[in-house]
Amino acid sequence: MKVLVPVKRVIDYNVKVRVKADGSGVDLANVKMSMNPFDEIAVEEAIRLKEAGKAEEVIAVSIGVKQAQETLRTALAMGADRAILVVAADDVHTDIEPLAVAKILKAVIDEEQPGLVLCGKQAIDNDMNATGQMLSALLGWSQATFASKLDIEGDHALVTREVDGGLQTIKVKMPTIVSVDLRLNEPRYASLPNIMKAKKKPLDEKTAADYGVDVTPRLEIVKTEEPPARAAGIIVGSVDELVAKLKEAGAV
Amino acid sequence: MAVLLIAEVTNGELAMDATAKALTAAKALGDVTVLAAGAHAASAGEAAAKLDGVAKVLVAEDASLGHRLAEATAALIAGLADDYEHIVAPATTDAKNVMPRVAALLDVMVISDVSGVVDGSTFERPIYAGNAVQTVKSSDAKKVVTIRTSTFDAAGEGGAASVDTVPVGDNPGLSEWVEDKVAESDRPELTSAGVVVSGGRGVGSEEDFHLIEKLADKLGAAVGASRAAVDSGYAPNDWQVGQTGKVVAPDLYIAVGISGAIQHLAGMKDSKVIVAINKDEEAPIFQVADYGLVADLFTAVPELTEKLD
Ligand SMILES: Cc1cc2nc3c(=O)[nH]c(=O)nc-3n(C[C@H](O)[C@H](O)[C@H](O)COP(=O)(O)OP(=O)(O)OC[C@H]3O[C@@H](n4cnc5c(N)ncnc54)[C@H](O)[C@@H]3O)c2cc1C
Ligand SMILES: Nc1ncnc2c1ncn2[C@@H]1O[C@H](COP(=O)(O)O)[C@@H](O)[C@H]1O
Repeated sequence: MKVLVPVKRVIDYNVKVRVKADGSGVDLANVKMSMNPFDEIAVEEAIRLKEAGKAEEVIAVSIGVKQAQETLRTALAMGADRAILVVAADDVHTDIEPLAVAKILKAVIDEEQPGLVLCGKQAIDNDMNATGQMLSALLGWSQATFASKLDIEGDHALVTREVDGGLQTIKVKMPTIVSVDLRLNEPRYASLPNIMKAKKKPLDEKTAADYGVDVTPRLEIVKTEEPPARAAGIIVGSVDELVAKLKEAGAV
Repeated sequence: MAVLLIAEVTNGELAMDATAKALTAAKALGDVTVLAAGAHAASAGEAAAKLDGVAKVLVAEDASLGHRLAEATAALIAGLADDYEHIVAPATTDAKNVMPRVAALLDVMVISDVSGVVDGSTFERPIYAGNAVQTVKSSDAKKVVTIRTSTFDAAGEGGAASVDTVPVGDNPGLSEWVEDKVAESDRPELTSAGVVVSGGRGVGSEEDFHLIEKLADKLGAAVGASRAAVDSGYAPNDWQVGQTGKVVAPDLYIAVGISGAIQHLAGMKDSKVIVAINKDEEAPIFQVADYGLVADLFTAVPELTEKLD
């Protein structure tokens, strides 16, 4: 079985984002970019499946600007076997919407025929939480989102999902799309020798046009603003003072 | 213009708070028909019919819709879509599972986690863990939208809508429910509670998390947690507040032993009053706190629990 892992290049989760003064978006020039943290978890899970003999090949795919090559090299250094970059934008500020990403992924899947797609539950830039579900719909496959446990058993998979009420376990027919949550595993760091080896692993470059997918956004970004700031608070000196303040404010 | 609002149905019952808050957003878009779908959904449909501003209720009952399995539920909703310009749901984990699938079946984008409705095609939504708010205008013929419930007030009761049943298609048989692990609790539900007390890594252990729970019980509050507290096994996953957990906006939020990473702030910074208890005066949580107490939580929390009456 091949496992396909879509990985997105996003602003590093430690960076404090700044909204551009003209309201056109968030400043992404010269900031640290990394693999979406959920996608690291997905890559890790795919590699573990390979190590356990349940998968033969792990293919990482990224859609976006040319610089997403770096993200794919990270996936390769972690242990993915090969990578596909689909260039769909020139400007680092252009975000490809989940629907277009899903359409491109579907075209890649039609060619590669993986038995499993492991994606992140959400990209930490647009916070959409949509691509896996959309891809599953386009393929007519089963889906298991927000996974914190995954067991592949022949023609189906048992997946435990993190949901509002607690944990839900479902059984899905293979092939399937699983979107991974934070507690599925702890991703490994790529070792230096593996980073060197990754440079020689195959990385194919395509364009959205190669797959005949129109990436024109359906959502026009009218403006991007800072959220309203909170009024400054105070430091209280004791529990008594805290209780008094809360009573004064009518909060307790 | 017609709106189809997907009711939040949990084990046959209407989740009133989430549904009523999404209804407030939906009413701004047009005449609202509510869909109650599930293995058992009739009583949820009856309850939804009483909400103020609901024009009509549709009930879809079938075993394949139990536990909100995505494939059958999305197929049902997409099948009803012809009559509506907007398809709306509260941004619960169930809806986040189903609605993008609905959108893709209709070849439209989903608009996730909407925090403001500007007009029928223009919406505000937080991005980058709430560090920015984006206004987007959809050019799609249908808008599939999930609503961030913490920013809308719940619609009231007093309606008397008619209730119809709708047929359910064949079960695609792609997935099956196996089990739920749900912690029983007498505490209020996290996303609708008026007061939330949350603990972080600073609490140090599952046993000591009882300090947080005792304070919560004194206040009649729900209990929340940071990701670090959940990852460390001090608290269950469904208590996580933040960018990737639950978003809450209670009247009072008390953060104990939580540093205040942006991913945590994303889930609580719209609370009315924020209290932070942390022994590190530099902790970023103090930047959003109305009242900060620099103290060791192991002495401050029991004292606070005792002194609140
Ligand atoms: C993709 C992604 C998504 C994430 N999503 C979320 C999310 O949804 N929610 C979330 O919370 N986090 C999330 N995180 C994690 C987030 O970045 C932080 O790591 C996390 O919030 C830290 O939790 P904490 O504040 O409990 O722990 P720490 O940062 O370790 O802070 C512990 C605090 O406790 C204080 N403390 C220690 N002992 C005491 C004591 N005795 N008395 C008083 N104070 C004490 C310390 O001073 C410190 O400030 C996410 C991270 C990533 C990468
Ligand atoms: N441009 C992209 N390239 C590759 N994978 C992506 C891209 N956008 C989204 N994904 C995948 O879809 C997941 C969910 O993203 P989103 O739906 O945007 O929140 C991510 O964690 C990735 O696994």
